[in-house]
Amino acid sequence: MAIPHLLVHEPKDTVGVVVVEGLNAGTDMLAVVTHDNSDFRITAKMDIPIGHKVALKEIKKGDTIWKYGQDIGKAIADIAMGEHVHVHNVKTKRW
Amino acid sequence: MASAPIVANFSLNQNKLAAVKGRKIEAPAFKSPVAPKRRGALVSDAVMAWRRENGRVGVRNHVVMLPLDDLSNTACEAVANNVKGVLALPHAYGRLQFGKDLELHFRTLIGIGSNPNVAAVVVIGIEDGWTKIVVDGIAKTGKPVVGFGIEGHGDIAVIAKASYVAKEFVQWATELQREKCPVSDLWVSTKCGESDTTTGLSSCPAVGNMYDKLIPKGIYGVFGETSEITGAEHLCKARAATPEVGERWFKMWKAYQDEVIEAHKTSDLSDSQPTKGNIAGGLTTIEEKALGNLEKIGRECRYIDILEPAEAPAKGPGLYFMDTSSAAAECVTLMAAGGYVIHTFPTGQGNVIGNPIVPVIKITGNPKTMRTMPEHIDVDVSGILRRDMTISQAGDALIDNIVRTANGRLTAAEALGHREFVMTKLYRSA
Repeated sequence: MAIPHLLVHEPKDTVGVVVVEGLNAGTDMLAVVTHDNSDFRITAKMDIPIGHKVALKEIKKGDTIWKYGQDIGKAIADIAMGEHVHVHNVKTKRW
Repeated sequence: MASAPIVANFSLNQNKLAAVKGRKIEAPAFKSPVAPKRRGALVSDAVMAWRRENGRVGVRNHVVMLPLDDLSNTACEAVANNVKGVLALPHAYGRLQFGKDLELHFRTLIGIGSNPNVAAVVVIGIEDGWTKIVVDGIAKTGKPVVGFGIEGHGDIAVIAKASYVAKEFVQWATELQREKCPVSDLWVSTKCGESDTTTGLSSCPAVGNMYDKLIPKGIYGVFGETSEITGAEHLCKARAATPEVGERWFKMWKAYQDEVIEAHKTSDLSDSQPTKGNIAGGLTTIEEKALGNLEKIGRECRYIDILEPAEAPAKGPGLYFMDTSSAAAECVTLMAAGGYVIHTFPTGQGNVIGNPIVPVIKITGNPKTMRTMPEHIDVDVSGILRRDMTISQAGDALIDNIVRTANGRLTAAEALGHREFVMTKLYRSA
């Protein structure tokens, strides 16, 4: 299998993790879902560092963010598919 | 005790020691050592390690200079300077502690001295009473232990006497032979640090896979980090062996939330959980961090009991949860005090921690960390991210490294001299 750019834990997840260094905007990324080894392609809209997350769909402000098939927080801004997802647009619901 | 040391499990010539005054210093006569017991059938999954007097298996053979308190660090370090092959464990506490905090202090020191990676111990304290509590606690293992109080004698006489004892202990310990012991006799702890999104994808599942394979063989495991389960507490509660253990776990976790977080927080934990390093590595929320953290207990194994900090497990082989801080050095020190002899440490961004008596095996799946700081990593599982290594293969690579480490291979942290020994303090002293 080709080396993936992006790994996704569960089919339900709305974010994936960049697993290569130096990922540039416009890259046609190979994404693999580790749960079932299925794959799909998605275009990066920004330069995104290794380990950081990418939105797998259009996310609206207030939407729950899913990773590991679990609720990891909520969007505090609209996030377009392929954009960087991090502390600037996602926050825990806890505090 | 006066000028005589407190001795357990070792035939020490105290008359000669009593003669240590001014310039008239004589060495005590060396007596034959306590013979180590041999037991246990040989199995194919074996390591060469030290079977201690109480039957536990150690993978290192340290002679430790253990200060009761901060005031006794200087004497312990002076002895370690006089006598080669002796390890001093200086720390910051031990005076005017009380209640549960004092109990934890004693439990940690006694646990470190009792750890099977330690062959023999010399304890030095400012006074005799508390020193004797630590000596007596360690003596229950059957290993040689001697204690000295400084008051009434001064550093110089105590250093001279303790140096003679430490030299005897080192020469005794260095003659102890490794023997064949089953892998199932190992106690293996885990805690991750400088986590990022790659730890949840690779290095933590590698540890989980190791536990799924070795716990059924009869090893003792432990995970902890009470604060860092926050966000995955519903999943952790469900991984208890019985609903009763799960309820006790949840009560312990809730008490931490109410008594520590709610009582001391200034705004929230957002500045500390996730940490700045976690955020740089791509982790956004405490929930995301906790879900990755919990990957360390694999898919199959269930924890059978909840341990107080530094408490030794007592319910037989299996996985335990220890109520610890998530600060790396504090957590690893508490698990070492609980009796664990090898630590597995997944890291994403590259935590460099070690422990003075327990080898800390570092596992990373982050290719950038492998590129920028490979000297700190023992097991590279970055192949998981490239999909050319499975989680099961990563678990096997970790088990192989555990066996090699148990057989004597120094970990990266040991080779680089990392000896972080950090006592946990529960509240302000009197």
